[in-house]
Amino acid sequence: MAVAEDQDFNPPYLHPAYEATVLRAPSKRLIEVPRHWFHHSSGPVWGRVPVRPTDNDLTRQHVGRPIGQTITLSGRVLDSDGRGVPNTLIEIWQTNASGAYVDPADPGFMSLDPNFTGAGRTVTDSQGRYHFRTIKPAAYPGDLGALFRPAHIHTSLFGPLLAMRLVTQCYFEGDPLQDRDPILQSIPDPRGIERLLARFNSAGTEVGDVDSALAYDWDIVLRGPAATPMEND
Amino acid sequence: MLEIPSPSQTMGPLYGFALMFEGSNEAVAPDSHGAVRIEGLILDGAGVPLSWPEGFIEIWQGEQWARGRTNEDGVYSVVVRKPAPNPTPDGTVQAPHLNVMVFARGLLKQVFTRIYFPDEPEANAADPVLELVPPDDRHLLVASQEGEGLRFDIRLQGENETPFFAF
Repeated sequence: MAVAEDQDFNPPYLHPAYEATVLRAPSKRLIEVPRHWFHHSSGPVWGRVPVRPTDNDLTRQHVGRPIGQTITLSGRVLDSDGRGVPNTLIEIWQTNASGAYVDPADPGFMSLDPNFTGAGRTVTDSQGRYHFRTIKPAAYPGDLGALFRPAHIHTSLFGPLLAMRLVTQCYFEGDPLQDRDPILQSIPDPRGIERLLARFNSAGTEVGDVDSALAYDWDIVLRGPAATPMEND
Repeated sequence: MLEIPSPSQTMGPLYGFALMFEGSNEAVAPDSHGAVRIEGLILDGAGVPLSWPEGFIEIWQGEQWARGRTNEDGVYSVVVRKPAPNPTPDGTVQAPHLNVMVFARGLLKQVFTRIYFPDEPEANAADPVLELVPPDDRHLLVASQEGEGLRFDIRLQGENETPFFAF
């Protein structure tokens, strides 16, 4: 499906239903710089981030097996022309199966799992493919008295160019909390929301072992063409 | 464009255990030649600092990259080396500058800005990107000398709001 080159699927900075935006959204007009300058500008060089080959398996970071449903999350990182983005860093972080983050800033409503940290990293292969093995995260209340947030995995990607730097969240198809989540619903175009939903992959799901994982597929599309456009593009 | 880009979502406040690592805020060793520490507040539209655990910042230029976060007082701190002037794709020379992205709870997409250097008044005056900023706001993108280091505050909204770029 072709989409207009300049169409923006990002949420607006100001989305009052997500209250934290009210005092943080920039109020002045953003400064427009010739588009090709930033499309040619390199993004951050992430080479100092330590990535070990086992960092993509969040189920094996401790002695015991974590509580919860094991899942795989895999797919490709693409540019907006559909080409794979190789050798780019993906960092993920998430709750455990009860809805708690290991982070010291977590409010502590939910229980920690001594066998699960919830932080992973990987680098895409030559085709832009990535693969994680983890535990399905859980819904949790952001504040007491507030709606539970739908289960999600925070995801950070670099990409080769400045405009490609992306921090987003991966949700799971079929979660009824998504329709009422002000953060997900800040995305104005339903096709953008669809893009953030991981799909259950029946054929890819493993069978017959206590460690069997449910397979979820999720492709991530970074803004702009990764290849340098020609002069006459 | 064939594919719909994945939309941005907020980083939230609970990223620290996953994204920060020892020395992540130092693009160069603090005792290396030319290293300069840049510190500043990240403030919301009411002038309230985004204190720990919020306020995540990445600063880079060329091979340099640093990732920091604000402390309990809302102050971030990174160590970089002042970069050389570099050209735009059109060939005009840009003043030495650093690229800056800020992520936080309440920012559905990161904001993007630049830090220029106070000891480069002539290069700054001729910089093709600063030229696109309203004249009265240009000083907001120039760090100030403070002791041995530089100070660069970021105001997300309101009076003296930092100029941010569309990207």
